[in-house]
Amino acid sequence: MGKPMQVARHWRHFEEKYALIGGKCENGHLMFPYREICPVCGSRNVEKHKFSGKGKVVSWTIVRNPPSGFEYYKPYPLALVQLEEGPVVLAQLTDVEPEEIDFGMEVEMVTRKVREFDEDGIILYAYKFRPVLKPQKE
Amino acid sequence: MEKPVIIGVGMVPVGEHWRVSLRDMAVEALLNAMEDAGIDKVDSLYVGNMASGSFIEQENLGALIADWAGLGNIPAVKVEAACGSGGAAVQEGAKAVMSGLEDVVAVVGVEKMTDAWPSDATRFLGYAADAEWELFHGASFVALNALIMRLYMKTYGYTEEDLAHFAVNAHRNGAKNPYAMFKKEIKLETVLNSPYVADPIKLFDAAPMCDGAAAVIITSKEKAKELGVPKEGMVELAGFWRAIDTINLANREDFLTLKAAKVAAEKAYKMAGVTAKDIDFFEVHDAFTVMAALSLEALGVAEKGKGAMLAKEGQIAIDGDYPIQTMGGLKARGHPVGATGVYQTVEAVLQLRGEAPEGIQVPDAEVGLTQNIGGTGSNITVNILRRV
Ligand SMILES: [Zn+2]
Repeated sequence: MGKPMQVARHWRHFEEKYALIGGKCENGHLMFPYREICPVCGSRNVEKHKFSGKGKVVSWTIVRNPPSGFEYYKPYPLALVQLEEGPVVLAQLTDVEPEEIDFGMEVEMVTRKVREFDEDGIILYAYKFRPVLKPQKE
Repeated sequence: MEKPVIIGVGMVPVGEHWRVSLRDMAVEALLNAMEDAGIDKVDSLYVGNMASGSFIEQENLGALIADWAGLGNIPAVKVEAACGSGGAAVQEGAKAVMSGLEDVVAVVGVEKMTDAWPSDATRFLGYAADAEWELFHGASFVALNALIMRLYMKTYGYTEEDLAHFAVNAHRNGAKNPYAMFKKEIKLETVLNSPYVADPIKLFDAAPMCDGAAAVIITSKEKAKELGVPKEGMVELAGFWRAIDTINLANREDFLTLKAAKVAAEKAYKMAGVTAKDIDFFEVHDAFTVMAALSLEALGVAEKGKGAMLAKEGQIAIDGDYPIQTMGGLKARGHPVGATGVYQTVEAVLQLRGEAPEGIQVPDAEVGLTQNIGGTGSNITVNILRRV
């Protein structure tokens, strides 16, 4: 498993995975990822909506026995992040030590490498979240 | 509508079966169930299986197993609902009988997990999650459940130790079940001292990778009488339903409610004409200790947030008010994913027939409930069985 010939599959999700673009239905329900039918009200009138990328950690774990293809990164933190606009996304946390992670920690989206396939395979990039950078106090 | 009955059960011990294949296990369990029912042919076969294509590069299990069991040119298909495949297959078999189209139906649940490398097996189990939005980010199945467990502990003030009681109970019962993978009691410390797999889930909070197969024979009461099955040999499938929830955990309204189990249980209770209070024992889906707690809440046994209290206070033991995992549950009996729901059914039938092993027989059990979860709660089956 893990054959690299999946270019089209990943290309289909560039907007979501690079720019955090989800959906907003005619009744104002926000969703991520984008879908054609609003899961809340059933509206089929859904437009693209770009999220700010700011959010808070709802829950997190440290993946120690990853699925094949992710061994290189282990152990890595994975979290449910609630975006400031409401929807929750699952993503890896980055630029953070496991013991620094806490409930409600403020995070922001960054683009990072998520996975690299075998030698001649594709490299997948997508959103991860890091603690919000604050100016250092003197 | 006339409720179907189970007239035969069979299984193989759960374990790491290096010497036998998926087809060997499935055929053995199936023939055991047919022998138990006293029949030598069936009208159709339903196979509960989650990921044979990934684990052993074999799909088309309906044809494979019916062929190798010598069942002739009957209808046979695989039913897939992730780790909930077994429970769902039992329901499809029951529906076929209730429709009147098929008289005697065999259901076999089977999974062969140990032929794959552990990290590949972890990936295959991840296929039950959302491939694009969960597995893509490196989420293992354990990791997703760990997110739920951490939130559960935080929200209701539980510790890892509180939840560990579920594992201890499962092992206490599994120790007495000859078909269990782990026939060994454990202490709280065993759970607490085991290494983290995905914090806060430790090795002993999780069900093992394993192989297994279990089978049941379903028919109508009328046909059962015709076949000469005595009343004691019949267990009624009194109520059943299943429901889905969002496949992607992040999209769920409430991460700590198994909505699909709630919906399925309400319908199943109504169909059986019972409430949670009437159930004598529960075989819930404790792939992870936190799932046992959430299941008890969704099934109406405990209030929201109180599921773990039942374990802490010992009410889930065989002699408690709400015995669960009477034969070890997923944790100690083992969790050969697509087979698990059928194992639960077999165990419930043995309990209701009064044939459970010594020490884990629930006295005078009349009604039992099995609950089988696919995904992180995205596809859940509830079956209620009753002594005829
Ligand atoms: Zn809407």
